[in-house]
Amino acid sequence: MNGAQDLGGMMGFGPIAIEEDEPWFHAAWERRAFGLTLAMGASGSWNIDMSRHARESLPPGEYLTSSYYEIWTKGVEKLVVAAGLVSREELTRGQSLSEPAAIKRVLKAEDVPAVLARGGPAERPIEQPARFAVGDRVRTRNLNPQGHTRLPRYARGKTGVVELVHGAHVYPDANAHGQGERPQWLYTICFSGRELWGEQADQNITVSIDAWESYLEPV
Amino acid sequence: MGHDHHHDHDDHSHLSEIELRVRALESILVEKGYVDPAAIDALVETYEVKVGPRNGAKVVAKAWADPAYREWLRTDATAAIASLGFIGRQGEHMVAVENTPDEHNMVVCTLCSCYPWPVLGLPPAWYKSAPYRSRAVLDPRGVLAEFGVDLPETTRIRIWDSTAEVRYLVIPMRPEGTEGMSEEALAELVTRDSMIGTGLARQPEAVR
Repeated sequence: MNGAQDLGGMMGFGPIAIEEDEPWFHAAWERRAFGLTLAMGASGSWNIDMSRHARESLPPGEYLTSSYYEIWTKGVEKLVVAAGLVSREELTRGQSLSEPAAIKRVLKAEDVPAVLARGGPAERPIEQPARFAVGDRVRTRNLNPQGHTRLPRYARGKTGVVELVHGAHVYPDANAHGQGERPQWLYTICFSGRELWGEQADQNITVSIDAWESYLEPV
Repeated sequence: MGHDHHHDHDDHSHLSEIELRVRALESILVEKGYVDPAAIDALVETYEVKVGPRNGAKVVAKAWADPAYREWLRTDATAAIASLGFIGRQGEHMVAVENTPDEHNMVVCTLCSCYPWPVLGLPPAWYKSAPYRSRAVLDPRGVLAEFGVDLPETTRIRIWDSTAEVRYLVIPMRPEGTEGMSEEALAELVTRDSMIGTGLARQPEAVR
């Protein structure tokens, strides 16, 4: 979706706030928000693409004025309601008002190292061969889906070159909406700065995205 | 450690809206039995204490010191990095990209905050912020200038926007005058920012 998360190429946000000796968290509540998000993620109630979509579908004004862990917190709130685990009234009142729903798994402290070590690999077996090879010229499609996508606006309808072929990965545009993993070949596509930003761009920059096969067409 | 121990700076009568909101969410999820507060403590402790950019610095130092390892990193970074014990969440599919005099690599996630956790830990706030995410792809030289990095105009700048589950680790150039240094000493030269591409490795004089 064309939401506020898709920041590449925007202007006006000001200088980058670089912090010397930055702490891992800036407040106690950030630790809890971080841990809650990962713990609930490990419950199997949703996948990583659903959680990204929950965050990016915050209204743009709210997204841009929320801190990072505020966005995570609001994302978890949306996800637990959508999954039927918590009601809106419970969130508003700040307390549990009903019996818990069934949940697939509860992450235990002793399982944390193993769960983190396992991670969530996205590569899947696929039968059909890759449509593109390293060195092929391709054009990204001009897609503007209502739902989740990982094709940023600045790289739509642009011509680039296949630089890496990664194997088949879970397709987030489907997986974010409960439509299954539908793995597709994933490629790194490299564009010149001028292709993306026009003739005034620095001619000595190149930018790549990682793009699923259905984002691409041959040139 | 009980999770309340983390709230040592809280004044319970002056909690901000977001503090109240997170506390309410945690209490509901714990009361319903969906979340074990000790698991939250363990997750936080992992990323505050156990994982961080010293992991990535070991990978880079080994790549500088050991040509066979460097070649392995080029061809299968996930396996080469796993051989040092750095595996798992947000590092499942790793690619290492090497800086040269002709090309400087820099990593961003314009769409969210994708970052190679097993080798770098959690990302700094600026990496997740709108100023960096918006401009890294449009004006990387301007971004580098804000980090105090001034590259020759002849050096091509190569931006990697992490839009999928592949995570990129920049291998900075090995500084001159470091011949014969041990891997441990080399690792001291490798900063977090040099592995994102917003910095360069430190000169050996800087750490003496």
